Amino acid sequence: MKANAVSKSNPWLYWFAVLTALATLALIGIGGLVTSHEAGMSVPDWPTTYGYNMFLFPINKWLGGIFYEHSHRLLASLVGLMTTILAVWLWLKDRRTWMSWLGVAAFLLVVAQGVLGGLRVTMHMDSLGIYHATIAQLFFVLTCAIALFTSRWWLNLQTGRAGSPQPADGAMGTSRPTDKNLRGLVLFTTILIFVQLIIAAAMRHQHAGLAISDFPLAHGSLWPDTSAEAVASYNAQRVSINAENPITAFQIELQMAHRVVALVILILTVACAWLAQRWSSRFSVPDGGNNPAPGGIELQPRVFVRLSRFWLALIVFQVGLGAATIWTNKAADVATAHVLVGALALAVGALWCAIAYRETVAAVYDRRTEARHASNPAAIGAQPAMTGNK
Amino acid sequence: MKSGHVLEKIVLFMVAALAVAGQTASAADIIGVITLTGTPPAEKEITPLMENPDCAKMHSTMPTTHFYVVGPNHELADVVVSLKGVTGKSTGASQPPVVLDQKGCLYTPQILAIQTGQKLIVKNSDPCIHNVHATPTGPGNPESNQVQRPGGADLNFVYDQPEMFLRFKCDVHPWMFAWVSVFDSPWFCVSSPDGKFVIKNVPPGKYTVEAAHRKLGTQTQDVEVKDGDVTANFSFAVK
Repeated sequence: MKANAVSKSNPWLYWFAVLTALATLALIGIGGLVTSHEAGMSVPDWPTTYGYNMFLFPINKWLGGIFYEHSHRLLASLVGLMTTILAVWLWLKDRRTWMSWLGVAAFLLVVAQGVLGGLRVTMHMDSLGIYHATIAQLFFVLTCAIALFTSRWWLNLQTGRAGSPQPADGAMGTSRPTDKNLRGLVLFTTILIFVQLIIAAAMRHQHAGLAISDFPLAHGSLWPDTSAEAVASYNAQRVSINAENPITAFQIELQMAHRVVALVILILTVACAWLAQRWSSRFSVPDGGNNPAPGGIELQPRVFVRLSRFWLALIVFQVGLGAATIWTNKAADVATAHVLVGALALAVGALWCAIAYRETVAAVYDRRTEARHASNPAAIGAQPAMTGNK
Repeated sequence: MKSGHVLEKIVLFMVAALAVAGQTASAADIIGVITLTGTPPAEKEITPLMENPDCAKMHSTMPTTHFYVVGPNHELADVVVSLKGVTGKSTGASQPPVVLDQKGCLYTPQILAIQTGQKLIVKNSDPCIHNVHATPTGPGNPESNQVQRPGGADLNFVYDQPEMFLRFKCDVHPWMFAWVSVFDSPWFCVSSPDGKFVIKNVPPGKYTVEAAHRKLGTQTQDVEVKDGDVTANFSFAVK
């Protein structure tokens, strides 16, 4: 059994993990285009493509909806291959047992995704598309997490804990438990974003187009009338090019839920940014905090402030994309961009949770190490790590 | 003796002929005109069609949707008229097939009706590939998604369960769709561009005539068929 030791930084592995994450993001984008163009069933067979081996399907037949669906399948195959390589690489080269199993999890998840996508086509089950879309988001988060955990930045933090020389000033580059309120708020917001993505997937896979065609009002009101007469009137007035299903009261209510949750997420990310800024301002640095710490390790609170601002900017952009999706009558490129930014927002939140959790666990470890050093000064290794404010 | 047998046969024949004639005489047609009041929403140009090179070359002008086919005197076409609640009377198996074609990357006709057990033939008259994706919502009618290559074999469909507006679509060209209503009796029709409809040879009795438009909903009228044609006009309104 592999030792659960600290792993060495492997820049090739790291960059391959980053590439896999980026390819996954592109795959989500193309998957979004498939749904936006209502092309999910444009290739009736799987795993073949119109009877051809999918890798040999003539390019001159990639027309209409076939282009999106077939491209999605090809890129999915590439992501599957990259994930397999990544999983094997992690198993053979990463000394952390949990990372090996994370690679296995990624492999199993990408296989499950492929099968789900294929069954959605062969079994004509629209509902499978919702699971397929949701698991895609989770898989993207997993690939981003693997990239983070194989990064030199992450490994340097772990190396510092394992006893390699610490900077002279214990305040620089050592972990401190993340502010409890901030940690909890980030976790809650991330979970809410995931719930929002499930709502969005359910909306998109109704294949009913826009259940509410105006914004910021909804069918001309703050809260739309969903009586049978009103819904019949909405359907009578709706003239759509594509063969969309008629809208229902449930779909209208689902979109309203999506709008309300979006507003809550916006408020929460503002709160996260404010909390991060407040927590960061408690830690002063002799040089004013403008320069990186010795050894190139970023001061954690400063990282969190930047992360919180990036996250907030992403959410604000996402709200804008949501409005644009409605104003452009669900233009495929706008709607797909909305899907992509949603995936990024989830990934950022999840990675922040991982960092915050890690720092908190590490800070507890530091405190215990410090206590042991205090009781046994002969145990030479690391300088006692400074524990910051909670 | 021989002449007695002949006379007997003549009488029997006349009785049978009178019985048949009597039955035919009492069956009647339900006829009517369907109109639309109010202004329907404007039809949309199917721009993606013209952006597809295979499809664009078959159109000299920009095609539009046809949700509301309204005549100069407000006549409303594409309304499916039937006898509500009449089931178990299908003669579909013995009827000629109905044809749904794909021309110019559009389904033609867009609204049609068949009986349970009646064959629906889907043709591809286009020089490009389509996938014929039937998406029934009623239990018992199977969903199917089949390739149809240019010049390829016709596809045949038979449905055993009644269903209103069973959708046919093409996922390669997502603007293509047709709506097939399936009835368990021979008494139905689709209103023509002049708004007129005729349900032929309805046996005597009391019925509820149902007129259904895909966007405007459903209306009903109670009628009684005795010994002559019955008129039932409908007027839909855009809300």
